[in-house]
Amino acid sequence: MTRVLPVLCVLAVVITVWFAASVPMNWSQAAALADDNASWADIAAATQSLERPLLPTPAQIAGNMVTTLFFYPITAPRSLLHHALVTAWESLFGFVISLGAGIALAIGIVHIRTLDRTLMPWLVASQAIPVLAIAPMVVVVLGNIGLTGALPKALIAGWLSFFPITTGMVKGLRSSDVMQRDLLHTYNATVSQIFTKLRWPSSMAFLFPAMKVAAPLALVGAIVAELPTGAQAGLGARLLTGSYYGLTLQIWSALLMAALLAVLAIGLVDVAQAVLVRGRGGRL
Amino acid sequence: MRAVAPEAPAWPDTQVLPREAAHPLESPVGETVIEASGLGVTFAAHGHETVALTGVDLAIRKGEFVSLIGPSGCGKTTLLRLIADLTQATSGSLTVNGMTPAEARQKRAYGYVFQAPALYPWRNVERNVMLPLEVMGLPREERRRRASRVLELVGLSEFRRRFPWQLSGGMQQRASIARALSFEPPLLLMDEPFGALDEITRDGLTLHLHQLWQRTGLTAVFVTHSVPEAVFLSTRIVVMSSRPGRVVAVIDSRLPRERDLDVRETQQFLSVAHEVRVALRQGHADA
Repeated sequence: MTRVLPVLCVLAVVITVWFAASVPMNWSQAAALADDNASWADIAAATQSLERPLLPTPAQIAGNMVTTLFFYPITAPRSLLHHALVTAWESLFGFVISLGAGIALAIGIVHIRTLDRTLMPWLVASQAIPVLAIAPMVVVVLGNIGLTGALPKALIAGWLSFFPITTGMVKGLRSSDVMQRDLLHTYNATVSQIFTKLRWPSSMAFLFPAMKVAAPLALVGAIVAELPTGAQAGLGARLLTGSYYGLTLQIWSALLMAALLAVLAIGLVDVAQAVLVRGRGGRL
Repeated sequence: MRAVAPEAPAWPDTQVLPREAAHPLESPVGETVIEASGLGVTFAAHGHETVALTGVDLAIRKGEFVSLIGPSGCGKTTLLRLIADLTQATSGSLTVNGMTPAEARQKRAYGYVFQAPALYPWRNVERNVMLPLEVMGLPREERRRRASRVLELVGLSEFRRRFPWQLSGGMQQRASIARALSFEPPLLLMDEPFGALDEITRDGLTLHLHQLWQRTGLTAVFVTHSVPEAVFLSTRIVVMSSRPGRVVAVIDSRLPRERDLDVRETQQFLSVAHEVRVALRQGHADA
């Protein structure tokens, strides 16, 4: 309760300010649509229920989300659940790619001096390229060789999220102290034993924070990658069609759904971490 | 989070480390285990040369307990690390069991106890003790058996499921000694293992280390900067000095092989301690 209460307080403040802001933001539109003899109160009330408000109220967004999540069949193009699942799958796929590639790169960098010297600048450069610029190219090129569906989006998601995994794991695999390493040296341990007995377990304290950064990035990557595909499916598609047609409610619902997915993703990482911590007697 | 466990009972002195069989690397009694001649290490850094150790001639026989004592920077830890193949000599020769230190290390000829316990925090005490046994590829049952034996030897049986951070400093260091003993090395190298502990804990551990050495017939090399500790434990004391690091005297202890803490009050003890102090001062004056 002591943990939930502060969160609820902040939420209450945000929602109050939001409701208050929706009145002036939507005033001119409500006024234009109102009868000539409408009172101030009528216009104020109208700001709360416009079809395409500049700033939808929390109540409108909640209503829209409930309807689109639960009252359409999951295969319907209007079902938010359908789009959320598409994006979630692409993000998860991308996150697995980034985890695999990120850890593999870190292992290479830690063990092979040449990679340590040559790879890092390229990895940094890869992150300096705006994903908005590269996503359409990747999607279009892969589409031309017949690769469509989740894979191109997962690749973009992986591209955007592997970097924190790599840097975290490079640091983590090197985080053991000299004495801990000397100890294995006195046992004449092999490189692979040093990895499994020392480097890998000591990197966990770095992997989990890195995953918490990477998981929402994978989600962003998947959404961005959905934009240039002609907006077929996914939360990115909902955002794009929403902005085409000025459907602000649809945009806000998709945004909030993306935020919820990110919270869910970080929650899953937390659960995995808790399982590991239990096996370690209570500390990561 | 659980509170730090209370100090475990002292090492039970009825326990004996039962040796299964003679260690294959074990040399006959009295045979030279470690032999150094003209041994030296020079570190080069930033175009500067630092002589860490020079001209060390030393022979350590099987079953001896040899302490290396001296001020900071005298190269006592460096000498221990040379024996363990953790540092490379730049001059002279050194053999361990008649082999180069590297070969001896590859044959797992020694157990090493560091200044800090260096336990792996994600492993409980038992699994820390089993670490060398895992690396050496012993079967699971054998690992369990040996771990429980050495944990009993150091009085930590009840604490085998605890994690390092749940133990006191003294218990952690006992766990690290158990880990070094778990694969029954004939040679135990210890680098100021009790340096970070309070005096009461230290006294207890020193006595138990002495008893352990007596029962097992180990050869031990022990780095310390405490004169009473060195005199109490050792059959021979190697006094070292700094700038450059070197051996200034090797003092044979006249104390009986079997000792208890009361021996520290005897005239013999005080005279050996005096001899060590004189040699330390002499080394300091020469520098």
